Amino acid sequence: MNQVILEARHINKTFHDPVTVQILKDITFTVSKGEFVSMMGKSGCGKSTLLYILSTMDTDFDGDLFIDQQSVKGRNEPYLAHVRNEKIGFVFQFHYLWNEFTVLENVMLPGLKLNKYPAAEVEYQARERLRRLGIENLALKKAGQISGGEKQRAALARAMINDPLIIMGDEPTGNLDKKNSEIVFGLFKQMSQELNQTFLVVTHDPGFAEKTDRIIEMEDGRILGHNQRPLHSAKT
Amino acid sequence: MNYTLIIRIAVSLLLARWKQTLVAAIGVMFSITMFIALLGFMNGLNDLLDGLILNRTAHVRLYSETKVSEEQPINNSSEFKAMHNFVRSIKPNNSRQEIYNSQAILKALQEDDRVLGVAPKISAPLFFAAGTIEITGVINGIDPDAESRLFHFDDYITAGNSANIRTVSNSIILGKALADKLMAGIGDLIYVATPQGERFGLKVVGYFQSGIQDFDKAQSYSSLSTTQKILGKGNHYITDIQVKLKDLELAPAVAGEYHRLFQTDTEDIQTANAQFETGSFVRTLISYAVGITLLIVAGFGIYNILNMMIYEKMDSIAILKATGFSGADVNRIFILIALSIGVSGGLSGILFGFLASAGIDQIPFNTPALPTITTYPVNYDLVYYAIGLSFSLITTYLAGLFPAAKASRIDPVVIIRGK
Repeated sequence: MNQVILEARHINKTFHDPVTVQILKDITFTVSKGEFVSMMGKSGCGKSTLLYILSTMDTDFDGDLFIDQQSVKGRNEPYLAHVRNEKIGFVFQFHYLWNEFTVLENVMLPGLKLNKYPAAEVEYQARERLRRLGIENLALKKAGQISGGEKQRAALARAMINDPLIIMGDEPTGNLDKKNSEIVFGLFKQMSQELNQTFLVVTHDPGFAEKTDRIIEMEDGRILGHNQRPLHSAKT
Repeated sequence: MNYTLIIRIAVSLLLARWKQTLVAAIGVMFSITMFIALLGFMNGLNDLLDGLILNRTAHVRLYSETKVSEEQPINNSSEFKAMHNFVRSIKPNNSRQEIYNSQAILKALQEDDRVLGVAPKISAPLFFAAGTIEITGVINGIDPDAESRLFHFDDYITAGNSANIRTVSNSIILGKALADKLMAGIGDLIYVATPQGERFGLKVVGYFQSGIQDFDKAQSYSSLSTTQKILGKGNHYITDIQVKLKDLELAPAVAGEYHRLFQTDTEDIQTANAQFETGSFVRTLISYAVGITLLIVAGFGIYNILNMMIYEKMDSIAILKATGFSGADVNRIFILIALSIGVSGGLSGILFGFLASAGIDQIPFNTPALPTITTYPVNYDLVYYAIGLSFSLITTYLAGLFPAAKASRIDPVVIIRGK
């Protein structure tokens, strides 16, 4: 068994506004290094809520969460920000690129924030990520001037800049047409295989989920079951 | 902390809304410009008006007043020792206006550390002969060098030179209005008569214009020795000693001390000219109030623009926080934006404030009352520039405080899920 990098223990969450609704019920599961996990479920089943708890951005929950075998429950905001910066990459449905910056600068931003390597080194790494994702030629274009599929690829490059333990996705292909969806998914898969990158992706798209290593199915705030496949089945 | 990154992000946000940023900076610039121009002009005017009186007035004046002696015989009578004396018919019996022992007093004053300078003076009534008519006036016997050095006497001489009364014997400087009445030109001989009836011929060597017409109609200046000659007094005769102190504020205390020490009457500048200080104070207060009001308005402009920027850049802020920027980082970014608006507006405001002051300084301002002034007076004191800059920084910082706190509290989950 590979090293466990994300572990949720008995996570419960309740919304109190306007009426008390328990949105997550006793969620317990783990994600190991190199896994490509997708979370599926109907709208309102709590999968996005769970993702934001796992991402440390939402701290209002009961239970415990371990990232890289360290509990993040009850940690202060700057610490969590640092955890997100160093260990978690994000790809959202919307790209959230800074339109005033070039693609390259957008990708470099979390790397510069981490401040582990000098700027020149971060730039080299960013170009390397862009090359892997096939958009190196767009590096110096403003983020506002590239297409939707390219933006999502740039967002993936940004998520990968600090070599995160896990990349989390919230409907990363939700805004894309079929062709671009496939390209972006292909890149996710490729990164998973080539770099042994761990992914945890929330999706609506059964076609997307089918091709992942494991599907976590959710309904009404509970995990219904894990649809496990042989790890990296696509490799064989 | 990676400040270069924070600065880059702040700059990119500024550039993204550069038009609004520019408007905000211009708002700050305008208010600082006005603040500096206003204070410079107001204080220039204050200095001018104060100088009109205060520069020419001794900080402490020693003189001998014609009055009833405080030591009356009845006070020494043992019979009335315990009683108050209401006798009202007493008249002064000695009209002598000379300061007793003046040479020793002058010497003692010059040795006092608090004293900047001392100018002896004789003041006496005189009649000026204009044909058959006699015009009443006053002659002031002065030491022209001390008078110029301490009381800017030279500034008010419109024709001739103050030193002439020392170098030319039996000479006089007339108030311009008095000279006009006497129709006396420079170099003319005029006749004066003392109240005792002595007549004397004096050569006019200059005109004097103080800016106060009534003063110029009656005053004239001559050297100490000439005046002593006219009055028929000895060469130690002095009626006033004018003292200029190093620190104006000490005047009342020093006046009291000299009164006891030298047994003369004394008067301090604060008592003599209380109204001028009040006027200056009120004018300065008004300038500050206007300047600060302008800055507060500019501060609201900055507040608005930052708020707008935050609403527009909500997504960008959310992704910053999602990718590892803490609330404190975001806070710094927006404070930095506010301060950079403040610094650029403040610095250009100082520059334009200086230019505006220099412009006002060039506007012709001719008035017969103020012969030495040709343009509007402006004060270039660096203090106003420093105050302007620090005000601009403080207001913009305060204006940035709330929007920055708001931005730092943005919850990325709310923004990202809201899409």
